[in-house]
Amino acid sequence: MAQSASRHRNLARRRIVGGLGVGLALLCAIIGAACLLIILGYVIVQGAGALNRDFLTQLPHPVGVPGGGVGNGILGTFIILGIATAMAIPIGLLTGIYLSLFGRGPIPEALRFLSDVLSGVPSIAIGLFAYAVLVAPFKHFSAFSASFAFMMLMLPLLVRTSEQAIRSVPQTVREGALALGMSNFRATVRIVIPTAMPAIITALLLAIARVIGETAPLLFTAFGSQFWESNPNRPMAVLALQVFTYAISPYPSWQAQAWGGALLLIGAVFVLSLGARLMLRRAMRGLEA
Amino acid sequence: MTAVAGGELLATQDLGAYYGTRQAIAEVTIAFRRKAVTALIGPSGCGKTTLLRCFNRIHEISFDARVEGSVFLDGHDIYANDVDPMAIRRRIGMVFQRPNPFPTLSIFDNTIACAPKGLNYQGKMEAAERALRSAALWDEVKDKLRTSPLRLSGGQQQRLCIARAVAAHPEVLLMDEPTASLDPIATAVIEELMASLCKEFTIVAVTHNMQQAARVSSVTAFMLADETGVGRLIEADATSKLFTKPSDRRTEDYISGRFG
Repeated sequence: MAQSASRHRNLARRRIVGGLGVGLALLCAIIGAACLLIILGYVIVQGAGALNRDFLTQLPHPVGVPGGGVGNGILGTFIILGIATAMAIPIGLLTGIYLSLFGRGPIPEALRFLSDVLSGVPSIAIGLFAYAVLVAPFKHFSAFSASFAFMMLMLPLLVRTSEQAIRSVPQTVREGALALGMSNFRATVRIVIPTAMPAIITALLLAIARVIGETAPLLFTAFGSQFWESNPNRPMAVLALQVFTYAISPYPSWQAQAWGGALLLIGAVFVLSLGARLMLRRAMRGLEA
Repeated sequence: MTAVAGGELLATQDLGAYYGTRQAIAEVTIAFRRKAVTALIGPSGCGKTTLLRCFNRIHEISFDARVEGSVFLDGHDIYANDVDPMAIRRRIGMVFQRPNPFPTLSIFDNTIACAPKGLNYQGKMEAAERALRSAALWDEVKDKLRTSPLRLSGGQQQRLCIARAVAAHPEVLLMDEPTASLDPIATAVIEELMASLCKEFTIVAVTHNMQQAARVSSVTAFMLADETGVGRLIEADATSKLFTKPSDRRTEDYISGRFG
């Protein structure tokens, strides 16, 4: 009898402790989500007022002249990201394919280690490197040097995620191709990579989202510009850089525009992440079946 | 390069297979009857699937896997130095335990994915129809050749995989428990199919289901792992004889359900 009573008390205590644990976890989750929502809300409140057609399409105006926009920065962001992506896709994807096919041994291990180290290097250091090899020798800033820095930031993410994406294709699918006499290369290109494609695109979108708001490496690569600039060999305006410049300025009109730019960047990350999630869902569906 | 006794299409001599240092099968010597179904039976872990995977050199794509001894295809050792595994796999096709159609290719493209190269569209269409007909799938898919194979039922997917293997024009078809993931009706369809395919191909099928072995095969080989876990061939004989008058005590114990 006594034993059963103590067992009962024990159970009650365990229920309370368990309930507390769940409650605490929920509380932390709410705090985390709230932080994000507060930031989002604050940026929307501050930035929405600055958004209009002129803001998206006009050149910046000098201090004191009302209006103006960040059109050249938006264009520059597209150009610099486009070049960076075009360079990062072949290198990152082919490295990922290599690692997934020949994943064992000292060379692949060294590649993985280097890629992990690269992903931990501060973006300002990568910007400095781009400055040293592509700006200083030519004695002028350039959009291309910024693309180079962005590529280096995207690479480790692309390499590891595309390796994972290709690995996640069931071994039975690859074996099915090999067992009927397909070559390893053809099986990879025709069967395995298409199966992994949604996951690879997810990785690409996340890599772009990762660098779109990077500002530090732009300071001494793209540098910024007051004009419509589309030549990658010259200094170029970039949205993230404009946000930085406007935000630390003493002028309220510029500060308002900084909020508008920040809202644009967050919106872009939001859209890219959403796209990545949708692609990932498609990838999971493909792999289940 | 000596031909094996009887001039069989597929035969092994003292075949052993390893995963790293672990030996999975040892000293398997067997010859398979031409244009007939041979069933490989035995309890789980006896090395049936490993043995099957040695026959088209797909065993060696596993990490650290290796083979000793010989496998003869038409009298030639497929493990000889100058042999290209890809060429062997074109002559010895394989169907797996779970249907594994290529997920991103259409039914049509799946069927001819491994077919010989150099066909024009008309040729591809004919090859696909012939293969799908011999896999008893044509009537069910002829109006949706351009759709995804993933919408087909499990049994249809498995028949598509059989059509894909047949379209490569192999001489031998290896089947690794081809009905393990199917319901009884789909299983019956595949078994009928095996009976008709063996008029054209030499078939070796792994099964853990003794009734299936008795239904579909004319020869049955029984494998068993010894006390160290290494799979060995105990005996191979006409199916009717092996199931009624086995010559080895261990075979009798197994088929009468005393273990396994």
